[in-house]
Amino acid sequence: MTVRKNQAQLTATEKRRFVDALLELKRTGQYDTFVTTHNAFIMSDTDNGDRVGHRSPSFLPWHRRFLLQFEQALQAVDPAVALPYWDWTVARTPRASLWAPDFLGGTGRARDGQVMDGPFARTGNRWTISVRVDGRDYLRRALGAGGRQLPTRAEVDSVLAMETYDMPPWNSASDGFRNHLEGWRGANLHNRVHVWVGGHMATGASPNDPVFWLHHAFIDKLWADWQARHPRSTYLPAAGTPDVVDLNDTMRPWNDVTPADMLDHTRHYTYDTAA
Amino acid sequence: MSRITRRRALGVAASAAAGLAAGRALTAPAQAVAAPAHLGAGPETFDEIVMGRRIQGGPSHGDGHHGGHGAEHGSGYSVRIDGEELHVMRNADGTWISVINHYEPLATPRAVARAAVRELQGAPLVPVATA
Repeated sequence: MTVRKNQAQLTATEKRRFVDALLELKRTGQYDTFVTTHNAFIMSDTDNGDRVGHRSPSFLPWHRRFLLQFEQALQAVDPAVALPYWDWTVARTPRASLWAPDFLGGTGRARDGQVMDGPFARTGNRWTISVRVDGRDYLRRALGAGGRQLPTRAEVDSVLAMETYDMPPWNSASDGFRNHLEGWRGANLHNRVHVWVGGHMATGASPNDPVFWLHHAFIDKLWADWQARHPRSTYLPAAGTPDVVDLNDTMRPWNDVTPADMLDHTRHYTYDTAA
Repeated sequence: MSRITRRRALGVAASAAAGLAAGRALTAPAQAVAAPAHLGAGPETFDEIVMGRRIQGGPSHGDGHHGGHGAEHGSGYSVRIDGEELHVMRNADGTWISVINHYEPLATPRAVARAAVRELQGAPLVPVATA
């Protein structure tokens, strides 16, 4: 059984194997197919139209399935690898070990935002940005630029306290747990982390930065934590909602998986801590 | 440049409002009803130079080789940087995002275009490449 661990607890060997598997997926071209898929959904998910991957109730089950598919691709390279998660309420500065050269590398340089150290620096010639919206082919970051702050544990707890999974109009204007976790409303958790990292993470092609997976693994864990706190709350809406994925509707692009199928993560993996 | 554009936009809004007033008295011509709805839903037209780059925004007509990303999302509005389309989207609360800043809503498409210029640091905008 796959165990997803806090990135701060990984051994040097676990970090190396995770990084090597990422680089191998990149080399074979599989990595970029995930970037393309994510960008296609983020550009087509709209508040008043069909919406699946973002700004909708299926934000959480869609990303759970997306991460599972990615993790399976990593495990086809190295069966020992699991996705780690980044608890940004704790590892909340650019000095965190997450950003060290033996793991993800640090922030971008001032002149052009280019990441200059770590395995994903363009200079290492193993991480060329191919799926992109501008002319630059190097990974960019601007960690905490402009004095931005990552969400605090208290802010996370305030969102986890929300009993209702999601509410009409089932989009970026909704009240409820999902939209507050996604960040279009209220304290702003998920969205704010993308902005804090900056560079590619702030764009529609955000999976170009490997931290995407660690960020979303933590968002996924927060969903599991929320389920544990609210055992009588479940995914909404139940049925018959235009443009929105109901509990038993299939989700694009897979068309063979529903939110109901994704509710219990323990069928696929567990976390290193009890929820 | 932006002053002229704003004046032009105001002129269009004024004539659209006149059309609406006439429409209430008579039978509203189709375009007189459509125009204020469009302007009411969409923000201002703009055309200016920011950090040496031309940014333009206005109603999209679904024509041209870009195929109208805006129309694809029903936003009816498109933004260009040096002539290349910047994919933008309107949120339910009226704020805007672009493919360059997809997680940080800003008040107007002009603000989104300016943020994209800052983020691009001189790099050309390209259609999503999957080389």
